[in-house]
Amino acid sequence: MTTTVNEVMDKNYFTSKAEVKWCPGCGDYAIINSVKGAMVNRAKPRDEVAIVSGIGCSSRFPYYMETYGFHTIHGRAAAIASGLKVGKPDLDVWVISGDGDSTAIGGNHWIHAIRRNINLNYVLINNKIYGLTKGQYSPTSEMGQITKTTPYGVIDYPMNPLVTALGIGGTFVARSIDKDVKMGEEICTRGANHPGFSLMEMYSNCVIFNDGAHDKITGKDKADFTIHVQHGKKLIFGVENNLCLVQDGFRIKMAKVSDVAESAIIVHDETNLQLATLLADMAPSKGQPVALGVIYCDPAKKSYDFMVHEQVQQVIASKGEQPLDKLLRAGDTWTISTTLCNASGCKTV
Amino acid sequence: MGQISLKSVDQVVIKFTGDSGDGMQLVGNQLTALAAVSGNDVNSLPDYPSEIRAPAGTVAGISGFQIALGSRDIHTAGDAPDVLVAMNPAAVQHSYKHVVKGGMIITDSDMFTEKAMEKVGFKSNPCTDGTLAGYDVKSIPFTTLTREALKDLDMGPKDKDRCKNFFVLGVLVWLFNKNPQDVLNFINTKFGKKLPKIAEANTIVFKAGLNYGETTVMFQQRYDLKAATIEPGFYRNITGNEAAALGLIAAAKKSNMQLLLGSYPITPATDILHEVSKHKNFGAITMQMEDEIAGICAAIGGAFAGKLAVTTTSGPGLALKGEALGLAVIMEIPLVIVNVQRGGPSTGLPTKTEQSDLLQAMYGRNGDSPMPVIAAGSPDDCFMAAFEACQIAIKYRTPVLLLTDGYIGQGSCPWKVPLESELPSFEANFTKEDADFKSYRRDPETLARNIAIPGTKGLQHRVGSLEKDVLTGAVSHVPMNHQIMTDIRKNKVAGIVRDVPNAVVNGKESGKVLVIGWGGTYGAVKGAVDRLILQGKSVSSINLRWINPFPANLAKIIANFDKVLIPELNTGQLSVLIRSQFLVDTVSLNKVQGDPFREYEVIDKVNEMLGE
Repeated sequence: MTTTVNEVMDKNYFTSKAEVKWCPGCGDYAIINSVKGAMVNRAKPRDEVAIVSGIGCSSRFPYYMETYGFHTIHGRAAAIASGLKVGKPDLDVWVISGDGDSTAIGGNHWIHAIRRNINLNYVLINNKIYGLTKGQYSPTSEMGQITKTTPYGVIDYPMNPLVTALGIGGTFVARSIDKDVKMGEEICTRGANHPGFSLMEMYSNCVIFNDGAHDKITGKDKADFTIHVQHGKKLIFGVENNLCLVQDGFRIKMAKVSDVAESAIIVHDETNLQLATLLADMAPSKGQPVALGVIYCDPAKKSYDFMVHEQVQQVIASKGEQPLDKLLRAGDTWTISTTLCNASGCKTV
Repeated sequence: MGQISLKSVDQVVIKFTGDSGDGMQLVGNQLTALAAVSGNDVNSLPDYPSEIRAPAGTVAGISGFQIALGSRDIHTAGDAPDVLVAMNPAAVQHSYKHVVKGGMIITDSDMFTEKAMEKVGFKSNPCTDGTLAGYDVKSIPFTTLTREALKDLDMGPKDKDRCKNFFVLGVLVWLFNKNPQDVLNFINTKFGKKLPKIAEANTIVFKAGLNYGETTVMFQQRYDLKAATIEPGFYRNITGNEAAALGLIAAAKKSNMQLLLGSYPITPATDILHEVSKHKNFGAITMQMEDEIAGICAAIGGAFAGKLAVTTTSGPGLALKGEALGLAVIMEIPLVIVNVQRGGPSTGLPTKTEQSDLLQAMYGRNGDSPMPVIAAGSPDDCFMAAFEACQIAIKYRTPVLLLTDGYIGQGSCPWKVPLESELPSFEANFTKEDADFKSYRRDPETLARNIAIPGTKGLQHRVGSLEKDVLTGAVSHVPMNHQIMTDIRKNKVAGIVRDVPNAVVNGKESGKVLVIGWGGTYGAVKGAVDRLILQGKSVSSINLRWINPFPANLAKIIANFDKVLIPELNTGQLSVLIRSQFLVDTVSLNKVQGDPFREYEVIDKVNEMLGE
C-alpha cells in the first residue's frame, strides 16, 4: 500500500481493489473515470486525497478509489466533509453525492457548505431518481414523471441545483453529462483547482429506474439541445453550429446565427453571475439547450476553511499563545491559605 | 435605639427575584463572588424564564437567582431562602411562599402601586395586609432612594433607575457583613474606563445602600458567616458550562491536539460554545453549523482529521444527533458529546433543569450501539469530567457522552483551579507508519482500533457506516462477522471500567439505606446524607459519576445495604438501569418540576424508608 516515488500517477493509481458494484450500464462508471482523470491532473498523491460520500448508489464511490475515503450517513456528507476540510485544509477533499442525498435529506448541509464557500470539490451525480431505494422520485425529477411513489405523476416542482447554488453565493458552478468523460474531467479538474466550493453537477443515467432521462441531451441530436459554454467564446451551438444565444432585455434567447449580427451573439463570461444564472436555468423543457461546462467561476472569494485558520492565527498574533494556567486562573479568583504546624514550627501554605 | 447585633450562622440562603433586566443576576453573582472571596463556600442557581423579555411586572417574567453561603461545605444552592429580595409585587407573588417561616423579605416599596399589585392578583398591599404575616418584611423605597442619591448627577431618569440594583447590593453587603471594597473594585473594573458616569453613579448608589443599612434601625441584626474550612489553594468562581469549556481546552493542550468544536446554539448548553469561541488563541476551532446534525457531523469530520473533536448540545439536539452518534460508534472514532440536560420531552422546559436524557444517552440510537456515559456532579466537576471524557475517547477510540444539566451548567461554585502541570498528559497515538496497516486491528487490552488520519503517507483506506470486517474495516455483511463486531463494541465499552474509579461511599460501608445520586443530584444527596449521618442515622450515599460502565465495586456496595434509594430529576431512569443490571428493588424519589432537589426532600424520603 506504500506509495513509491516512481509510481505512475495515472487513473489506475487512484483505483482501489474493490469490485465495483454499480449496475451494468450505470452512468456512474463514466463519472468515476472523469473524477480519476481530474485527480491525475491535480497530481496530488492519493494519500493526500479524501473522498466523503453520503448514502445512495453514487455514495459507494469512495470504496472504489485508492484514497482516504469515508462513506457516511444519508445527506450529511457536506457537513462531515466540512469538519474534515477544516481539520486538514491541505487535503483535497471531494464529496460524492446523489441528487436525493444532496438536495433532499442533505439540502440544508449542502446549501450551507456552498454559502460558506468551503473548499470542497462537490460532485453532485444527478440521475433524477432514487436508485438505491428502488425508484422513487427525487427533488430533481421532472413534473409529471411516473415513479413508484408517484404512479399518477410528480406534482413537486423540481429544483435546479446550479441555480440554487448561484443564488446562495456559490463560487464555482459547472455541469457535465456521464457520457462525455472528457468534459467531466475538464470541469472536475477546474473545480478541484478552484480555491472554494466547487459544484460539479454530473447528469447520470440510471439504467434501471430512470433509463433515458437524459436521452435528449446525449442522443445523436445532442448538439441541438446542449451548449458547451467556454469562457471568452461565443455561445454558439447546434448540430450545424447554426444556433446561438443572444440578449433579450434582461433575458437570453435562442436565435439562428444567420438571423443576427455577429456582435449580438453573447460571449460567455464565467465571472458574470447574472449571465451564469440565466445559463444554468436553461432546460430543454423550456425549449432551450442545457448549458454544460464551467458556467460560473469566482476565485476571489476567500474560503471558509482558509478563514477559520486565518482567524485563529490572527487571535494568536494579537493575544499571544497564553499558557494554560493563565486561562484557568482568570476571572474572580482568590487564594485560601492555611497554617500548618508541626514539631519544627508553623508555616502558611 | 438598640444595639445592632451580629448573628452567627453557618448557612444563609438568599434568593433574588425581579423583572428580567432588573439586574438580579448581576447582584447575585456579585454577592456570590464576595462571599467566595471572604472564604465562605457558595453555590448558586440562576433561574430565568425562556422568554427573552417577558412582560414587566408579571409573574411569568420573573428572573431569579438563588445562592447559599456557608461556613461549612455547601453542596446546593440551598433548600428554602432565608432572605428573599423581591423587587416588585410580581416577584413577591412568585417567590414568597418558598421563604422559610420567619425569613426576611426585602422589597422595593416604590413598586407597590395599585396597578402593579392588581396585575399579579394582590387585592391590597401584601406587605401590610397580612399576606406576608410571619415574615420579616423590609419595605424599602429603593427607587426613591436611588433617585435621591443621584439627584445631582447629570443622567437620564431611566439610567438612574437602572442603578437600583447597586443600592440593593449595598444594603446586602452591610447585612451580610462583607467587604464593600471588593464591590467598589468591581464597579471600577467593569464600568470605570468605558462608562465613567455609570461607574460614578453605581458607586454613589452602592455607598448609599451601605449607609442605609448602617443608619436605619430597620435591621436589628447583621449576619456573620465564618469562613468555611476549605481546602487551601487557588480558587475561582465558575459555572459548569465554563468549566466544561475549559476542561476541553485543557484536554486539547495536554494531548497536544487541536480542539474542534462543531455545535449549534441551544439552551442551556450554548455557553460552552461561547466560552470555547473566546479562546482561539489556544488554537481552538469552533464551527457554528446550520443545525444540530451538522454540528456533530462537523465534529465527526474533525475526528476523522485527527482533531480532538467535540459537539455540545441539550436534549432535543441530542435527539437530532442520534444517527450521527451511531456513525461515530461504528466508526470507532474519538468524539466527545456534551449534553446539558433540560426539561423534556421535545422542546419541554428549555431553561429548566432535568435529568431525563439518561436513557437517551444510553440507548438513543439504532442498533446495539454502546456508548460510555459520564455525568458531572457539580459546576466545578464539569472541568475534570470534560477532561476525562476526552481521555477516554482518545484512549478507546469511541464517542463519549458527557451529561451535565441546566442546574450545574448554569450554576456556579468555587473551583480549586488545578495547575497545568498537575493534569495528566495523554497521547492520541495515531498510526504513522505500518507496512501492514489494518484499520480495525486492535489493541488487545483496550480493544481500541488503529487510526491513520488522512494525509498519512501510504496508509490510505476506506471506512464507513456499513458493518466492517473485523480486521480490515472493509464492508462486510458476513453474518458471523456482525456478531463478532457487535460483541467487540460492547466489550470495548464495558472494558472502560478499568479506567473508572471505584465509587466512594459517603458514610459507613454498610447499613440500612444507600442513597445513589448521579450527576447534578450529587449536591442535594451529599448534603442530605451528611445531615442524616450527623443525626446518627444508618444511611450512606454514593455519587455515580460514571453510568456506563458503572464502577466495578457498585454491585458489592449495593449488596451491603438493606434498601437503595435513587433520587432523580426524572421518572426513574437510573433506577431502570440499576434494577436491570443488579436485580435490586430500588426505591425511586422522582421530581420533574424544572427544579433541583432540596436537601429536605431527600431527608424526608430516607426517614420514611427508615420508618421514622
